[in-house]
Amino acid sequence: MRVTIEEKLAVNKYFVDEGNAHIEIDPSYSDMKEKMKLVNACPAGLYKLNEEGTLFFDYAGCLECGTCRVLCLGTIVKKWEFPESTKGVEFRYG
Amino acid sequence: MNEERFDAIIVGGGLAGSTAAYVLAREGLEVLLIERGNYAGSKNMTGGRLYAHSLEKIIPNFAAEAPVERRVVRERISMMTQNDAITMDYHSPRLAETGSDSYVVLRGKFDRWLFDKAEEAGAIATAGIKADQLIVENNRVTGVICGGEEMKADVVILADGANSLLAEKAGLRKRVQPSQVAVGVKETYGLPAKVIEDRFGLSSDEGAAWLFAGSPSNGLVGGGFLYTNKESLSLGLVLGLQHIGESSKTIEDMMVDFANHAEIAPFIKDGKLLERSGHIVPEAGLSMVSTLYGDGFLICGDAAGFCLNIGYMVRGMDLAITSGELAAKTVLEAKEKGDFSSASLQSYKRMLDQSFILKDLSVYKNFPAFMENPRIFKQYPAMLSNIMADLFVIDGTPAVPLRKKAMKHLKAVGLMNLAKDGLKGVKSV
Ligand SMILES: Cc1cc2nc3c(=O)[nH]c(=O)nc-3n(C[C@H](O)[C@H](O)[C@H](O)COP(=O)(O)OP(=O)(O)OC[C@H]3O[C@@H](n4cnc5c(N)ncnc54)[C@H](O)[C@@H]3O)c2cc1C
Ligand code: SF4
Repeated sequence: MRVTIEEKLAVNKYFVDEGNAHIEIDPSYSDMKEKMKLVNACPAGLYKLNEEGTLFFDYAGCLECGTCRVLCLGTIVKKWEFPESTKGVEFRYG
Repeated sequence: MNEERFDAIIVGGGLAGSTAAYVLAREGLEVLLIERGNYAGSKNMTGGRLYAHSLEKIIPNFAAEAPVERRVVRERISMMTQNDAITMDYHSPRLAETGSDSYVVLRGKFDRWLFDKAEEAGAIATAGIKADQLIVENNRVTGVICGGEEMKADVVILADGANSLLAEKAGLRKRVQPSQVAVGVKETYGLPAKVIEDRFGLSSDEGAAWLFAGSPSNGLVGGGFLYTNKESLSLGLVLGLQHIGESSKTIEDMMVDFANHAEIAPFIKDGKLLERSGHIVPEAGLSMVSTLYGDGFLICGDAAGFCLNIGYMVRGMDLAITSGELAAKTVLEAKEKGDFSSASLQSYKRMLDQSFILKDLSVYKNFPAFMENPRIFKQYPAMLSNIMADLFVIDGTPAVPLRKKAMKHLKAVGLMNLAKDGLKGVKSV
C-alpha cells in the first residue's frame, strides 16, 4: 500500500495560520501547461486537478520551499508571502 | 527620537547570516540577527553535506562541539535506469582528514547551534521575527521593518536565502527564473545507528554520501541523494524547474519510485518517516550572481546565488558560510572608515573574487549549460546499463566479442554525440 502524500505530511510539525493564507491562487486560470508545472513540482503535492481540470490548492501543508512562486507568480499564483512570524512549517530535522 | 541603532542588521539566521553575525559580534560590533522561524533552522533544509573547510577557519575544530551527524568517509555515485544501477564506491580516510573533511548535517539542529554561537559572541539574536521590508532612504538601505516596527543600522546584510523576498521587493535583485533553480524534496527516515552502520559499511560516527543520476529525475536535469545521519537517513531529489511542467511524473511519483528502487529500498527498509521537507536550490552558478552590495547593504549565501550544483556534488553551505564571513569582514573595514556607501562596500566583491567562492563559480561556469543536455539524464544511463548487462548477463547464446557489443550501444546514442558531449563535459569542468 502506497503511503499518501497527506500521510507523509502528517508527520511534519506545522503552526497553521488559520484563516490567513500566505499563498493565494487564481483557480480560474485556464492554461493547462501552467497548471501542470504546479501539479508536478510542489514537493508537498498541494496543487491538485479534479476531473474537470480545475486546480485546487490548500496552503496548510506548505513547506515554504518557494517553488510555486518561482514557477507561477503572476499567472496562477496571485500572492506568495512567508507566513507571519512563528507560523507555518517547523522542520525538526531539516 | 531615541531609537536604538545597530552597527549591522542581519536578516536570516541560516548559515550565512549566523556566520556574519558571529564574526561581527566577536569584534564587538552591535549586531541584530533576525530569523523568521521559531528557532534557527526551523525553516531550512539541505541534502546533507557540509564541507568543513569554511567554518573550520572561523571556529577551529567546530565539529567537536557542533551537532554534526556523521563524518563522510564513503562516497558513492550511481547511474540508474528504472531497474538497474551501476555504482562507484570510494572509501578512504583521505576524505576525513582535517581540512578536507565533510559532515552530514541536519539544519534543524546545526543552524540552531551556530545561531546560539552568534548570540554567545554578543549578537542580539532573535528568532520568531520576520523582516517584512527594507527601509530605503535616498537610495540607501538604512534598516528593516518588522511587524510595523522600524529598526535602523549602518548596514543591512541580507542572508535571507534563495527566496530573498526583501531584495526583490526593494528592487535590488531581479526575480529568480525557473531555469536558474531546482526544487529539492527530502524524506528523513529514522533507523538505529547500528543498522545504518551495518548497511553502509561504516563504523560509528562515520558517514556516507551517495548521489544518483538517471531515472530518479525522470529525464529532468537533476538527481537523487542519500546521506547518513546518526540515527536517520536523508533521501531526496533535486529537480531542475525549467521543464518540470512537461514531466510525465509528479515530484511525488518520482520520490516514490526512487524510494522503491531495488538499489535504495534495502537501505531504508523499516525506516520510520520522520519528516518531509522541501526547498529551492539556486543552481545556475555564476550566471545568476548579480547585485552583491550597494549603499548600505550586502547580500550573501543563497540570496546572492552562491551555490554550485555540479552533478556529483551540491555545494551551498560552505559558500554561505564564507560569504557571510566576507560580508562581515567588509563591514568591519567599512566601520573603520566610517563609510557604508557602495564605493566602500565594494571591497566585498574583491574579497569574493579572491576567495574560493567566485573562483569555483568561474571554473564551473559552463557546467549548468552542459547539464541541460537531455542525453546525460536519459540515454547515457541506459547505454551504460546495457553495456553492463552484456558484460555480466550470461544466457548461453554464443559469445559476441565485447568490442562489438559495446559498439552497438555506443552507436545507439551516436558516436558524434558521444564525442561532442565528452568534449563539452571535459571543457565544462
Ligand atoms: C535539497 C537540497 C540539497 C542540498 N544539498 C546540499 C549539500 O549537500 N551540501 C551543501 O553544501 N549545500 C547543499 N544545498 C544548498 C544549501 O542548503 C544552501 O546553499 C544553504 O542552505 C544556503 O544557506 P543560507 O544561509 O544562504 O540560506 P538559508 O539556509 O536558506 O537561510 C536563510 C534564512 O533566512 C531566514 N529568512 C528568510 N527571509 C527572512 C525574513 N524576511 N525575515 C527573517 N528571516 C528570514 C530563513 O528562515 C532562513 O533561516 C542543498 C539545498 C537543497 C535544497
Ligand atoms: S511554497 Fe512549495 S510547498 Fe508551498 S505550496 Fe508552493 S510549491 Fe508547494
